[in-house]
Amino acid sequence: MKKFANLLEQLLFTYSTNRKIEILATYLKGLDYKEKGITIAVMTGNLNFKNIKRSNILNIIKSKLDWYLFEQSYDYVGDLAETIALIWPSNGSSKQKDLNKIIYDLKNSKSINNTIVAYLNSFSSKERWAFIKFILGGLRIGFSTSLVKKSLAKYGNKELYKIENIWNGLEYPYENLFLWLENKGSYPTIDASKTFNSFMLATSFDEELIEDVKSSDDYYFEYKWDGIRVQLVAKNGSTTIFSRSGEDISNSFPEIKINCTELLVLDGEMLVGQNCLPLPFNQLQKRINKKKPSKKLLSELPAFVKVYDILYCSGKDIRNRTLYDRRKKLEEWFLNNSNTNLDISELINFKTDNELKKIYQKFSYIEGIMIKKKISFYLNGRKKGYWFKWKKDPKYIDTILMYAQRGHGKRSSFYSDYTLGIWSKNKVIPIAKAYSGYTDDELNKIDRFIRKNTIAKYGPVREVRKLLVIELAFDSAQISSRHKSGIALRFPRVSRIRWDKPVNDVQSIEEIKKELSIYHS
Amino acid sequence: MKIRYGNECAKNFQILKYGERIYVDGIYITLYPAGHILGSAQVLLEKQGYKVLVTGDFKTIPDATAQKFELIKTNTLITEATFGLPIFCHPDPSEEIKKIITSLKENPESNYLIGVYSLGKAQRVINMLRILGYTNEIYIHGSIKKINQYYSNKKINLGRYTQVDKDNIKLLKGQIILAPPSAIKDVWSRKINNKVIGLASGWMAIKQRAKQKLIELPIILSDHADWNELTKTIKSTEAEKVLITHGQEDCLKYWCKKNNINADALANKNKEL
Repeated sequence: MKKFANLLEQLLFTYSTNRKIEILATYLKGLDYKEKGITIAVMTGNLNFKNIKRSNILNIIKSKLDWYLFEQSYDYVGDLAETIALIWPSNGSSKQKDLNKIIYDLKNSKSINNTIVAYLNSFSSKERWAFIKFILGGLRIGFSTSLVKKSLAKYGNKELYKIENIWNGLEYPYENLFLWLENKGSYPTIDASKTFNSFMLATSFDEELIEDVKSSDDYYFEYKWDGIRVQLVAKNGSTTIFSRSGEDISNSFPEIKINCTELLVLDGEMLVGQNCLPLPFNQLQKRINKKKPSKKLLSELPAFVKVYDILYCSGKDIRNRTLYDRRKKLEEWFLNNSNTNLDISELINFKTDNELKKIYQKFSYIEGIMIKKKISFYLNGRKKGYWFKWKKDPKYIDTILMYAQRGHGKRSSFYSDYTLGIWSKNKVIPIAKAYSGYTDDELNKIDRFIRKNTIAKYGPVREVRKLLVIELAFDSAQISSRHKSGIALRFPRVSRIRWDKPVNDVQSIEEIKKELSIYHS
Repeated sequence: MKIRYGNECAKNFQILKYGERIYVDGIYITLYPAGHILGSAQVLLEKQGYKVLVTGDFKTIPDATAQKFELIKTNTLITEATFGLPIFCHPDPSEEIKKIITSLKENPESNYLIGVYSLGKAQRVINMLRILGYTNEIYIHGSIKKINQYYSNKKINLGRYTQVDKDNIKLLKGQIILAPPSAIKDVWSRKINNKVIGLASGWMAIKQRAKQKLIELPIILSDHADWNELTKTIKSTEAEKVLITHGQEDCLKYWCKKNNINADALANKNKEL
């Protein structure tokens, strides 16, 4: 437990992602297969003790410690494992190193609370901290499953997508995985019906090619929907929804269900809206990360998927067929199956730039156009030359720097996160936050400006003299009741710093709303 | 006080030695060492045989840079409560300082930038590093220098130290650098290459707090009494009445009541009056 506790602590206090990946990859090298499996299971939340609940721990505290003092302390610390680590009176250092033995003891304990107490007594504070996290799950050390996958790829010197492709089919103790990573075994085979397949990703479109693309018949054009990319994996009446990173998000979208016997895998964009008419992204945001959406939310913002590709059909892997063939299969599937929460992503035609502009103006929820080569296979990752995204030109708006906050990591000594505002009558009100878009040199200059022009500090936030105009680029604007200004900008980023421009030249919210109203009609 | 707050921080100065009793407006006043930092004091007030002891900031564990805390029996005790929660049980200071030395040995190319209060903590950390056998030059932020000189004059071993300036800052490699907490994440420290950021404070006991501050090497080192020291001191002073101030009052008050000691938070008392 000591070694594992040290690992958790080291990861907690490491802020560079690359360094974190390195630490876990190195740590794995020193372990036997059982320990490797346990470590991976704990780190990804796949080690469960069914006989241990949070209430067990709280009951132990009630019987062994002063409840008032504990409650006050817990309230202060905010983390159960850490509170117990600090408040538990003994401070030993366990001789029990073997996590496997600990798991065995806990799973076979006849009196689980006594077993836990015995362990708490034998541990040092740091070990107790790790132990509580170990038995309750939910490490909260800022190490996601996707980082674990990256660490494994590094550990075995394998390509990441190979791990992603089988990840959801793998199970504790992961021995087949490690044998393969160490070149001692073959690539693990898994049940495809539980498995996430790596997405095919698009590269940015080089606009010089537009005439070629328009004049040839080699491409499909689709809307670039402004939702989240999902993969639907269905078999024997059950449906699993995977997010872009391969995370299972089925619970958040219970209305998406496909009834089929043989394996079907679809690729598309999750959106919300009535009758498959998409609403802006900020509406979808209300559904993302809601593990149990309420009935009210489900009826107000029903989810649906605009499907644009098919990977498995009737149990057969068709990723090695051309997009042309796959599209035929997809259309066929939609002809033979009706599903109110699925809609085929329609192909579009445009011959002139004007037509394109009309499309953009019609839908504020479209991010741009997808251009896909008809002969493309469904390939892992971002391969050049097959799928392209052609984003709408950004829009620009001048804003006034209001507040600034320091960033993280390399930027932790720079004021890199800004709150920007615009005029509303005689006051400046916030319209957006921006964290990117500037060069290192520009960041340096803004940082200096902020330090010189601070008028107040609120914790980590500095309020600055309203003197500096920053031109923002953004993808689209939507009406929002959650924002003070009444509009929400999508993906705002710094485009230029207007050292030359007086703040009085910045527009007012009323003018901006008028200008942007075109995108809501 | 003059070094810290300027020559005009008070109108008149009168030196009072530890244990020396003076009489002011019907009250006897005596100062006793508080063990917090060099020269820190508890104040004992006496009137007609009734004693009130104000601890001020204090700690009871040994510290080579401060006079040893002296336990005084009193009728009423006014105690600080910075770490007045049972979760605070400070670890062995020497083990904490060893962390810096060990980590530096493992990463000899890195600079260890450690946040410390300029007054007291900085000198204690330097002195402990010396006791643990670290003999290299120690680099310090300008704000620490004058206080270092004062401590050195009082024969406290700080070894060799150099102020970080705009010429040497970029050249630092494999060094220990001490700076006030506000400077470790600021413009000043930007030019230090390849740095590991630490912070020496009792608050570092709470990992989530250290993480919020983006600290890589938390050093749990405090000049304030922890829960055990607080409760032990309250008992040992045999005070029949305890007033608690400056920190986490509620748990200490609860503990006193459980141990049949009359207690209240000082601030609340004032409000009631």
